[in-house]
Amino acid sequence: MSKHHVTTTLNGNAVEFLCETQQTLLEVLRDELHHTGTKEGCATGDCGACSVTLDGRLVCSCLVLGVEAQGKSIQTIEGMAEGTSLHPLQRKFLEHAALQCGVCTPGILIAARALLERNPDPSEEEVRFWLAGNLCRCTGYNKIIDAVLDAAHEMRGG
Amino acid sequence: MDAKVIKPEAEGRDDNALKIVGTSPVRPDGVPKVTGLARYGADFALPGMLWGAILRSPHAHARIRAIDTSKAGSLTGVKAVITSADFPEQKYEFVGPERVAINFWHMTRNVMAREKVLYEGHAVAAVAATSKAIAEAALRLIEVDYEPLPHVIDVDAAMQPDAPLLFEDMITRGVEPPPKNASNISKRTELNLGDVDAGFAAADEIVEMSFKTAPVHQGYIEPHACLARFDAKGQGEIWAASQGHFVVRAFTARLLNMNIGDVLVHPAEIGGGFGGKTVIYVEPLAAALSRKCGHPVKIMMSREDVFKSTGPTSGSSMTVKIGARKDGTLVAADGLFKFQAGAFPGSPVMNATMCGFAPYNIPNVRSVGYDVVCNRPKSAAYRAPGSPISAFAVESVMDALAAKLGMDPLKFRLMNACKTGTPTAWGPKHAHDGYAETVKALLAHPAYAAPLGKNQGRGFASGFWFNNGGESSATVHVNEDGTVVVATGSMDIGGSRASMAIMAAETLGIAYDDVRAIVADTASIGYTHVTGGSRVTFATGIAVVEACRKVIAELCARAAMIWKLEPGEVIWENGCARPADAAAGKLEPMPLKAIAAKRALTGGPIGAEASVNAGGAAPGFATELCDVEVDPETGGVKILRFIVAQDVGRAIHRSYVEGQMEGGAVQGIGWALNEEYIYDDAGRLLNAGFLDYRIPVASDLPMIETVLVEVPNPNHPYGAKGVGEVNIVPAMAAVANAINNAIGRRLTELPMSPPKVLAAIHSGQK
Amino acid sequence: MSEIRYESPKTLKAAVALLAGASGQARVLAGGTDLLIQMRAGRVSPGLLVDVKGIAEMTAIVAEKGGFRFGAAATCMELVEHAAFAQAWPGVTDAVKLIGSVQVKGRASVGGNLCNASPAADSVPALIAAGALARIVGPRGKRDVNVEDIPTGPGKTSLAEGELVASFFLPRRPARSGDAYLRFTPRTEMDIAVVGAGVNLTLDAKGVCKQARVSLGAVAERALLVPEAAAALIGSKVDEAALQRLAAAVSAACRPIADKRGTIEFRIEVAGVLARRAAGIALERARGNS
Repeated sequence: MSKHHVTTTLNGNAVEFLCETQQTLLEVLRDELHHTGTKEGCATGDCGACSVTLDGRLVCSCLVLGVEAQGKSIQTIEGMAEGTSLHPLQRKFLEHAALQCGVCTPGILIAARALLERNPDPSEEEVRFWLAGNLCRCTGYNKIIDAVLDAAHEMRGG
Repeated sequence: MDAKVIKPEAEGRDDNALKIVGTSPVRPDGVPKVTGLARYGADFALPGMLWGAILRSPHAHARIRAIDTSKAGSLTGVKAVITSADFPEQKYEFVGPERVAINFWHMTRNVMAREKVLYEGHAVAAVAATSKAIAEAALRLIEVDYEPLPHVIDVDAAMQPDAPLLFEDMITRGVEPPPKNASNISKRTELNLGDVDAGFAAADEIVEMSFKTAPVHQGYIEPHACLARFDAKGQGEIWAASQGHFVVRAFTARLLNMNIGDVLVHPAEIGGGFGGKTVIYVEPLAAALSRKCGHPVKIMMSREDVFKSTGPTSGSSMTVKIGARKDGTLVAADGLFKFQAGAFPGSPVMNATMCGFAPYNIPNVRSVGYDVVCNRPKSAAYRAPGSPISAFAVESVMDALAAKLGMDPLKFRLMNACKTGTPTAWGPKHAHDGYAETVKALLAHPAYAAPLGKNQGRGFASGFWFNNGGESSATVHVNEDGTVVVATGSMDIGGSRASMAIMAAETLGIAYDDVRAIVADTASIGYTHVTGGSRVTFATGIAVVEACRKVIAELCARAAMIWKLEPGEVIWENGCARPADAAAGKLEPMPLKAIAAKRALTGGPIGAEASVNAGGAAPGFATELCDVEVDPETGGVKILRFIVAQDVGRAIHRSYVEGQMEGGAVQGIGWALNEEYIYDDAGRLLNAGFLDYRIPVASDLPMIETVLVEVPNPNHPYGAKGVGEVNIVPAMAAVANAINNAIGRRLTELPMSPPKVLAAIHSGQK
Repeated sequence: MSEIRYESPKTLKAAVALLAGASGQARVLAGGTDLLIQMRAGRVSPGLLVDVKGIAEMTAIVAEKGGFRFGAAATCMELVEHAAFAQAWPGVTDAVKLIGSVQVKGRASVGGNLCNASPAADSVPALIAAGALARIVGPRGKRDVNVEDIPTGPGKTSLAEGELVASFFLPRRPARSGDAYLRFTPRTEMDIAVVGAGVNLTLDAKGVCKQARVSLGAVAERALLVPEAAAALIGSKVDEAALQRLAAAVSAACRPIADKRGTIEFRIEVAGVLARRAAGIALERARGNS
């Protein structure tokens, strides 16, 4: 069978790939483009480990077909730091010990950035509800919430 | 939220002398984990890599009459197909300590079914192919001729004499004389202390209740995954996310009939385990496929596979009876604990019988356990395996007994608290304090007496966990520039590289950032047991400190050589060598970096290894407070407040200790309220996904509050006690006791889901 | 492996032609948050996917005749972020907010939520209560249908071969109107409704309810419109007695199954509770909307 030839933008870089219709964006990112920072936790949209943004919209990459990325702009965890300079969320996650095993962390960072882009001053409750789609089994969420609130504070110039 | 730290005793080491222990520096493996570069089990690839896929049983219980893999094997792109015929038979024997005994006859059947499939999701064949899609297509071409058999899911049903048998010849162990008939009861255990009948005769108040708990899954976010590369000569490598790469090596070599030295296991980053990754599933299959076709093979479980085929912890059926005198003194306790082992023996019921009553000084105790097989996935360790289950029963009864006695539930616990010298039901006396201090911490907490609103309630519960020591290895090498690399064999599941670096830096007297800690592969470091049993900071920490001390001795010797002193005339202080005696003359202290710079002139590279079998682990105790609000019209329970007071010995990395306590509490809250395995009448799991297996989400929870109680362990250089597990132990009972306080009805079945809570409310209205 | 054809038409006409001309099973791909999971699990094996997100009228949210028309493939996030829509239809917005996580809502659409035909779909009872019309386009042209007439049972709709839902229309509503949707789930988020209840009502100048629609989710094979429940409110001041009658009528209308998400008794009882609470919220909103 012939594959789809998809042209897209990944973390600001022009990228082309071939995929079959049923291949998800998650599979394309990991298996074809070797961007393994985006994780598979469930492949059913229930855990958020595969969170990326597609044209700025937060999505689960396991619920997007690779072919649907045609002409779109994808942002993954690999594009979050600017060169060697970590995003404030990444720094605050380290400072607050907001990760234990770290496998949910890429998805949570991508989701948290999407929140702060829309709402630079979220309440604890707003952070908790926004991140409800990102499961973490290690931390009990305390330090994740703290890190997001602290990063938001810093990014506001606090 | 700032954690509280309570130091009940000032004796021992002067905390002020510690520079790094007890702080919260950034972990050495942090940046790769926030940038997506850390490599977990599924993130490895090799040239020519194939994709493995596993065919799983659709039946809860069936005999395998035949398997025909010929069509699958001839599909273009398929390079290997395996079944149980590719694995040698194993001897039927239980090996290792009784509490955690292993039987390889069972293990090989669990990774690949032989005569029968024993649960839905049981692996029956596997393929390796050039793409995921071809591998999946090949599975559909494998023909398995099943003879479906009656199945049994519930533990009480499985113990009935007419229950369908998983093993037609299994005779219960631990019963004398042995029963004549086979049953699903693998084992009976009994602990006795004092005279339990006489104890109850002396009791003024007795409470007896029965309980049921559902199996719950560890719920790590990373599904099991590995990559294996084996060659025709039978040597190979595995990249795996596990809680113990040495155990992956030993088990895989055993199941494939290989020498341990021919298998090299690389520790991938692990995306959560909580006990569930102390055993193997995909590794021997990937290795066997690779060995058969000569290509690297990667296998990733789906989330559905994880729920259906890997170990949850046991469900249970329990009866607990406790008696006390009018003044509140406990006089007797009797517990019956029946645990589902899943498809193969080995539930944590022995732990349950031991831990349940362990926090208390009870002169007369009987504790009986049954390990029962049923048609579910084989249970695996889950955070303090067994203890949270029996604690749910015991701590619920303690709560009811306190009420019957008219006593405050915390003060009742405190007056009966175990301490050093208190006998345990399994023999030895408690060798450490720490329990009473956790109760006192909550009694002194403002939340203890804070007012509650309408439909709200407060509950307390306590828990015990052994904490382990055991075999660990570490190396410490001084680099050319005077920085230090610490390597251990302990998989880092929650920040242990940071705590190893802290202990090394503290011991060497150098800066934290001058120490880099790594996890070495199985060929590069000595044997190290799994990351489990809350043992790593304790046992591997001792190995690290011992290796550091050897390095210090060597550094002193090198300095002595430079100074032309005898080795015994130099001591180590604040990261520098200095003469022990001022009489040696005016010599400036020589820092580690200076000694490292002169290493070539003084004998070459400086480094040391230490391997230990650490004894002296101190148990963990925790006491928890839970406030809930119950919706009287829906039965929904909201956690308003949750406080964990835990004896942590001494926190090495403060934030990661808090993180363990917060995470354990939340897992316990999930277990209490919503998590369960739901089966249909055919024994098929109905909720094998994160949508309907409901682990807590961020919006379900308040900030978990932690109180770090520090009663140092004298057997560890920095006083560390295991901190990973005991925090989950009291949680379900704390929630249940809070619900009871709110609605006046006691829930005795987990999970306490809204329909059950609503029914309990109605039962109170009628 | 069977090949799956993927098409991304730019017009409704082209989409309908693709669906009507398909030889095997064809599926409309909007957000894909249900379809991709069903494909992965092997529950559906379409030979053709028609991605409708490139069709302007299927993704637009526009004012029409004083009401709103929104594309069936508009994402839930676009809908809940649409300030004017959220102000006009807070109950529908509440329901759409409950469809999965932020990530899922970034893809999922109300059209998909309806056509997936789960009895527990959150947006459906809210749309039914709101009196929403679905515009159906197919080989024989277009037609407007009440939302309650589309789902017929789990996974089944009244759509004919080659038809798709293109958009929804929510009419302008009178002053002193309010709507609300509540569901019960064990978790606060990331859950499927055990019971859902949508209420839409209009008061007269004296605060008496003159119009009402009540709809329930997850208590039957499809979302139900319950006129008896609405009748309990109409003519009342939505006082405690009316709310009790509402709850009783709602519970009487339930014909649920017991499954992994809830028991029959629980669903029947809690449906009444939620309808009562939703009516209370709708009442507050109607009073504040004069």
